[in-house]
Amino acid sequence: MTRPEALHRAVVRGFSPFGGDRAARLVPQARLVGPMPWVIAIMVALTVIAAAGGLALQNMADTARAELSGGVTVQVIEAFPAARERQADAVMEALASDPGIATYRRVPEAELDALLEPWLGVGATDATVPVPALIDVRLRGVADRAAIDDLQTRLLAIAPDARVDAQSGWLQPVFAAIASLQWLAIALVVLLALTSAAAVWLAARSALGSNRNTIEIVHLLGGTDGQIARIFQRSIGYDALLGGAVGLAIGVAGVMVLGRQFAALGSGMMAGGGLTLFDWLMLAGIPVAGVVIAIVTARLTVLASVRRML
Amino acid sequence: MSDFDSEIVAFDNVGLRYGTDGEVLRDISFTLYPGSFYFLTGASGAGKTSLLKLLYLAQRPSRGAIRMFGSDVITLPRARLPAFRRRLGVVFQDFRLVPHLSAFDNVALPLRVSGMPESEVAKPVADMLDWVGLSHRYEARPATLSGGEQQRVAIARAVIGRPDMLVADEPTGNVDPEMALKLLRLFEALNRLGTTVVVATHDVHLLKKVPDSLIMRLDKGRLSDPTGALRYPPRAASRESAAP
Repeated sequence: MTRPEALHRAVVRGFSPFGGDRAARLVPQARLVGPMPWVIAIMVALTVIAAAGGLALQNMADTARAELSGGVTVQVIEAFPAARERQADAVMEALASDPGIATYRRVPEAELDALLEPWLGVGATDATVPVPALIDVRLRGVADRAAIDDLQTRLLAIAPDARVDAQSGWLQPVFAAIASLQWLAIALVVLLALTSAAAVWLAARSALGSNRNTIEIVHLLGGTDGQIARIFQRSIGYDALLGGAVGLAIGVAGVMVLGRQFAALGSGMMAGGGLTLFDWLMLAGIPVAGVVIAIVTARLTVLASVRRML
Repeated sequence: MSDFDSEIVAFDNVGLRYGTDGEVLRDISFTLYPGSFYFLTGASGAGKTSLLKLLYLAQRPSRGAIRMFGSDVITLPRARLPAFRRRLGVVFQDFRLVPHLSAFDNVALPLRVSGMPESEVAKPVADMLDWVGLSHRYEARPATLSGGEQQRVAIARAVIGRPDMLVADEPTGNVDPEMALKLLRLFEALNRLGTTVVVATHDVHLLKKVPDSLIMRLDKGRLSDPTGALRYPPRAASRESAAP
């Protein structure tokens, strides 16, 4: 009886890697019918929204800080109008000759009235309430503590009731709140990344359990741990790619809707909270990071499991 | 331990126990040489499958020493075992085909795992499937194959890589006598090319079909070797060239 042709030839053992599509076919591919891509899609969408919120807050704070960095307000707090006007004029003259001052502007009384109108009513400031004279000043440098103290000292010599404040000082509580929200956004992104990794870990373990027989066969045929891990890496990586794309689309849509709603508020501070091109690129990188997390988690999970085999 | 350098496998005083139970294999010592043909027989529960597991490196013994292809596989680092497994062909009693792969891809699996370029895989796989009478079933999944067809796919997978040692657990249990004889001739052909063959079987008629074979008989976990032929067998006769 003749033997098969295949036995006549010496077997060529090569270096062609056992991976990719041929290896991935060893386990069933559920793709979008399975839960994995949808879990990752939800995680990525939530991460995109949280990250976009953090980035928008960062931009808003940066814009406000840049606008206020050299800004100081000089108040002349004097109850008698004549004395107040005299001191305010002296301050204006001093500012005009100071080389450290970029611009200065006396806030007109009409503007002050408009600012106070919601609280005091129309015309109330003229008759009954003494309102300080306000001068809006931009320093050429940063309005730090030393610059403010220096200006205060010089102005006190000519206007004893003048008081100098950094404009950014008024917004310190707001900046502190924004910083807290940014930390919250970072914490959310980290938690979502950990949750995604945990979901992939569970999926990989489940896939390992349901494909144990296949793994043992490949193992006994001489498959290495790395080859077995690649079977699952490819499968879970593909699921993560699908889920990431869907999640990014959902997340970006959510960010755009929220962005339009905040833009409609018309607030000056909100206007600085738009996302830059770099921010959008960072958001686009989230599903890529999701795929990397999924592949690394799957690999580590599978390797830890197959190492228990001989 | 044997003095021969060309031994494929040497067991020396090997014992195996699962957990805290008693030993299922006790004081097993034998040597397998290239090109020899062995039948492993014994009653159910005698330890045949456990011995085969030690041979195809699915299990480490509880005691004793095992040398395979010149290396001590007990102390060998785990990462080096795949290279040894690729020199083995195994026919499992329950076939263990990958359920999601076609018959063709199941037979191709050892070649792909060992890194054979894809362009060279198709011909030997097709040859082998044709030879075992499955030329019309290339794309069939295991679930759609009969027991006999699955067994032939499992055998084709075991021999496709021209292993140095073939370990087969009841390889003819699900096929008709004519196909059983044909498969036995396949093992003999492989054996003549230098492959050491170990076939576990209950079928005493099968033993007579290979006149030059040696019998390993297990009885309650002990190997009977009254003549010492298993431990110190005569050198195998020169074998047919493996060249095409």
